[in-house]
Amino acid sequence: MATHAETPAHDAHGHGHGHDDHHHEGGGHHGTMRDYVTGFILSAILTAIPFWLIMGDVFRSPTTAAVVVLLFAVAQIFVHMIYFLHMSPKSEGGWTMLAMIFTVVLVVITLAGSFWVMFHLHANMTPGLHEMNGTTPLVQPENGAR
Amino acid sequence: MTATTFEAAHKDAALEKPDDGRVFFLKTEHHPENGTLLGFWIYLMSDCLIFAVLFACYGVLGRNYAAGPSGKDLFDLGLVALNTTFLLFSSITYGFAMLEMAKNRVGTTLFWLGVTGVFGAAFLGVELYEFHHLIHEGATPQRSAFLSSFFALVGTHGLHVTFGMIWLVTLMFQVAQRGLIPENRRRLLCLSMFWHFLDVVWIGVFTFVYLMGTL
Repeated sequence: MATHAETPAHDAHGHGHGHDDHHHEGGGHHGTMRDYVTGFILSAILTAIPFWLIMGDVFRSPTTAAVVVLLFAVAQIFVHMIYFLHMSPKSEGGWTMLAMIFTVVLVVITLAGSFWVMFHLHANMTPGLHEMNGTTPLVQPENGAR
Repeated sequence: MTATTFEAAHKDAALEKPDDGRVFFLKTEHHPENGTLLGFWIYLMSDCLIFAVLFACYGVLGRNYAAGPSGKDLFDLGLVALNTTFLLFSSITYGFAMLEMAKNRVGTTLFWLGVTGVFGAAFLGVELYEFHHLIHEGATPQRSAFLSSFFALVGTHGLHVTFGMIWLVTLMFQVAQRGLIPENRRRLLCLSMFWHFLDVVWIGVFTFVYLMGTL
């Protein structure tokens, strides 16, 4: 992952500005033209389809549309991770991947936990109160159709 | 640490004190030189948590219109598609800048960084136009919980892009003045991660806020 992997030994000899010798630990941090172009084309496709699905009102059921659009988003996030951010299990000895997995776990807990709790709060509110206090989660099965 | 570099370091240590017969070994594990990049990645992960909380907020509050306008009334998907295109283009042009940097070409690196900056500015311009338009129509952050959480989420992303732009311009000056020295390469790599990360967050924004908001 290093751009200029000067080891202490190199430093001792003094490093010039020649960086042609830098080795890519953890496999091609810069990526290649091919990587970027592939990523770009995939992203463009994965962006265009959900926009078309929503703007063209392709699905009759909003829930189906929401699920499909979310799946496209997840796919595109993977494309960006692989082709633009050059994520690989090997980069930085696996620490970037580990940090990301940890973050994803926290993100899932945050999102799923919030929606779960607020959905139940909403469902258990008395009608009068919930008009005033209205905690209507965006993500919920029956109201998603609004 | 590869075996060869360790041996090289070892040989160096031996060369410094050739006669005394002592050999020095590194007691601790040699840290990779790119600690900055890993550290920056961990910063990005913490930033990811900020966005997760803002997304959760929007998810919970996003349908509370307080009898005000809804996403369906307000969002102009054509504009959002344009914005998405700008950001996606800026991502690939930044990638081109990184490829030129790897080839050690200052001029073309600066050119692609400049193009990235133009796309970034276009993105911000469209977003500011949208915000101005919304506020002009009375859809201010104070109007409803939906709009508060909308402006908080999209505004935070916009602020990140703004700071990314400041960083980008600063680095362009740095590269123009000092060339592609190791420090500048490291900075450009950090900004690269930041910029692509913002594009990843934007995928979440346009999907969850705009596309699902108009359903």
